[in-house]
Order: sequence, then C-alpha cells, then structure tokens
Amino acid sequence: MATRSETLQAAPAPDRRRRLRTVAIVPALNEAEQIAKVITELRDAEPEVEVVVVDDGSTDTTAAEARRAGAHVIRLPFNLGIGGAVQTGFKYALEHGFEIAFQLDADGQHDPRELDALIAPVVRGEADIVIGSRFLGLGQYAVPRGRRLAMAVFARVVSIIVRQPLSDTSSSFRAMNRRALRLFAHEYPHGYLETVEATVMASKYGLRLKEVPVLMRQRMFGRSSLTIPLAGFYAFKVVVAMFISLFRRTDYHLEEKP
Amino acid sequence: MTLRISLVAAGAALILLAVIFELIRSRRLQERYALLWLLTGVVIFVLAVWRGALATFAHAVGIHYPPSALFIVASAFILVVLLHYSTVISELSERNTTLAQRLALLENRLQELSSPADGSARRSDRS
Repeated sequence: MATRSETLQAAPAPDRRRRLRTVAIVPALNEAEQIAKVITELRDAEPEVEVVVVDDGSTDTTAAEARRAGAHVIRLPFNLGIGGAVQTGFKYALEHGFEIAFQLDADGQHDPRELDALIAPVVRGEADIVIGSRFLGLGQYAVPRGRRLAMAVFARVVSIIVRQPLSDTSSSFRAMNRRALRLFAHEYPHGYLETVEATVMASKYGLRLKEVPVLMRQRMFGRSSLTIPLAGFYAFKVVVAMFISLFRRTDYHLEEKP
Repeated sequence: MTLRISLVAAGAALILLAVIFELIRSRRLQERYALLWLLTGVVIFVLAVWRGALATFAHAVGIHYPPSALFIVASAFILVVLLHYSTVISELSERNTTLAQRLALLENRLQELSSPADGSARRSDRS
C-alpha cells in the first residue's frame, strides 16, 4: 500500500487518473508457468486496472491459469502471432469503453510498478501513445550485441521517419488512449517486432508519441522465442514494411463519432 | 519454327484448358479464379497455332527464335497468375485473422454473460 501511494504522488493528476477506466493487455503464448504470477503482481500494483490476457493459441494451461489469477481471458482459436493477438486486446479495450490501455509482456520483463510513469503523459493529454524505453538511463538492460545493434538501427531509422528521437522502438511496454486504440483496432501490423511498424504507422496517422524511461527486468522466465534466422527474417520484414509505410495512404478517421 | 513445336504447344494449351474446364465444372475452381488461367491457355494456344503472330511478336521484342517468345509469354502469364494468388492469399489471411479475433471476442462476451461470477462481477462492484 505504501508503494502505491508513493507512485500516485509521482503521477501528476491522481484523481483524474483514478477515474479513467484502464485495461492492461497481456498477450500470452504458452506462459502457464508464470502467467499467474505476472497477473497477480499487476493486480497488486494496480488494483483498479482490469487485466485482459489474450491467449494466442496456447497448448498449455495458460488460459486457465490466467483466469484463476483474476484476468479476463480471450482465447484465440489458433495462433495469430503477436500482432494479431495484441490487436485482439485493442479491439476488446475499444469495445468495452476503456479510456486507456496498456500493453505488456507475459514473461515478467515489464514491471507493473512502472505503469504510473507510463500512463502519466496519456493522462495529461500530452501523447496518444507512450513507449516505455529501456535505454533512457534507468537501469542496465543487458542485450546480446547483435540484437542491440538491430535495435539501435531500428531506433535510428524510426526516429528519422517519425522526426522525433526514439530510443527503444521495439519495446512492447506501452500505454495509449482511445485515439490510438481506434487506429490499432482498425489496422495493426502482423507478426513479430510489430511495435516498430506500429510506431511508424501511428506517427503517419498523426498520433503523438512519447517515450518515458522505464526500468525493465531481465525476463523472469523462459527465453526469447526468437532464433537468429527468424530474427533476420523479421528484421528484414520490418525494414520493408517501414519503407512501404512511407507511401501508404492514411485516410482512416480516428475521431470518435459523437 | 517447326510444325512439331506448334503442335506440342497447342496440345499443351488445350490440355490446360480442358483441365481448367473440368475443375470449374466439378466446382473445385471458382470462375473468378479461373479467368486468368483460361486467358493464359487461350493466349498460348493462339500463339502456338497462329505462327505469323508469334513471329511478329518475337521480332518486335528482339527474340530470334520464336518458340522462345512463346515461352516468355507463357512465363509472363504464369507470373501474373501467381501474383494474383498472392493478393488473394493476403486478403484471405487478413479475413481469417479478423474472424479469429471476432470469434474470440464473442466467445469471451458469451462467457461473461453466462458466468457473471467471473470477470464481469469485478467490473460491476467497482462502479
């Protein structure tokens, strides 16, 4: 309880923030071992935030564990990949009238105690999407060299495209408002590293981005699901997708109809 | 161009057309997806039979050996057909994704309706 009041003081408008209906979207694929722990931690840190786990076709007991831990569970009939799974969560958030949505990983990398820092710019109306960055000074986040290089290249390229310095474009620790939800429910990139593409897309649609420093833990469980050839494939896909997105039409209306 | 090549090419085109026809007839192939194939078969057949047209075309694009031109034309058509199918697959997979998401969201809603003790109770005791 003590930590909670501390973090609330750090947030600029605790009263307003309290009233905004908020949902945490947790995409999960075969995370039965730790999903309950992640959800419990999340609910302890933020009791007012509803948790939605999108089970992306798990073959283990992820869905049951998540439900037992008190999350809403949406089970996809088969594996859609991370992009399609997260988008399901965005659609849920939009349809259930949530004003703010978080996205966070099921592997325990994202510390729910950072949620207040993440949410603050959205609450203040300064940004439509807030990205939690590992590389803005908080903590030491060890990344293998090859991956770090790829991340740096993406960050550089994306920064140029969106005309705004961003340091951690592949971070999937994000908060967003309904404007962003509406776009992402309508259109969202497929597959892995989708957050990089989503960042470019959001910027093209005129959504305001902001990065905040967050402390990320080394993954608590399991290993990265990415193998080197697969990583190369996705990196290539993202580069192509980013290039093409520069020439895409952006004629989808983000304003809510009254 | 020898008569034999013409006959073989025309025969192959006819077989292709016959197979497409049979697939449509037995409803294993929808007409909208067969149209490009039919066009491919017809063009190959026409060029195989009408040697003057093939020779003119080959000369126009700078191919000295007209049967090669037939090969090029056939390849071009197959390329178009494949590209067309790529777009069809993309559209289908997009729809498949949307349907899977829709299904999952509806299933979730149904579950909340039938067992309000689960997630939805938490939501109501807050408001």
